[in-house]
Amino acid sequence: MDIVQVIGLAIVATVIIAVIKAQRPEIAIQISIAAGIIVFTMILGKISAVIELLNSYAERININTVYISTLLKIVGIAYIAEFGAEVCKDAGESAIASKVELAGKVVIIVLAVPILTSLMDLIIRIIG
Amino acid sequence: MNIELIFKIAAIGILVSVLNALLNKSGRDEQAMMTTLAGLIVVLMMIVKEIVNLFDTVKTLFHF
Repeated sequence: MDIVQVIGLAIVATVIIAVIKAQRPEIAIQISIAAGIIVFTMILGKISAVIELLNSYAERININTVYISTLLKIVGIAYIAEFGAEVCKDAGESAIASKVELAGKVVIIVLAVPILTSLMDLIIRIIG
Repeated sequence: MNIELIFKIAAIGILVSVLNALLNKSGRDEQAMMTTLAGLIVVLMMIVKEIVNLFDTVKTLFHF
């Protein structure tokens, strides 16, 4: 029952933040970061099994491992960028948060270029 | 990972606010500010360690 743990942790952290925020807003932000990291790590442990499954299926049907690993990298970058952006937004810095999101999108596009070029090559070969 | 980290940070926050109020009342404003800064840095060190931990986990998990 990990979801119960997550919800309990989130509620406890929220109550503590509500208590501390009036006196020490900077520590309240740090508590929210800590809670976010703890929940994130609990969830990432779960997701590793799914990734193993994906990898094993990719090996069985002979997909090029470059594509799968690029896909996984993109998912990881999306998770981290979302996390950082939410932390910035919580602290009231939505401008920095949007920059973090932009950086995540740009990095994802750069990572996706090899897949895009192979797709384009395929299309050009079919047309020409 | 457990909830002790959150309690630790909360305890530091409460301690810092109490010290801050005490020092402010006795007229030592600059020391009160130093206390605030010290608390902030201590918590920041703990948080940075956890962030590095998280990034390492993500890196190994998603094959960076």
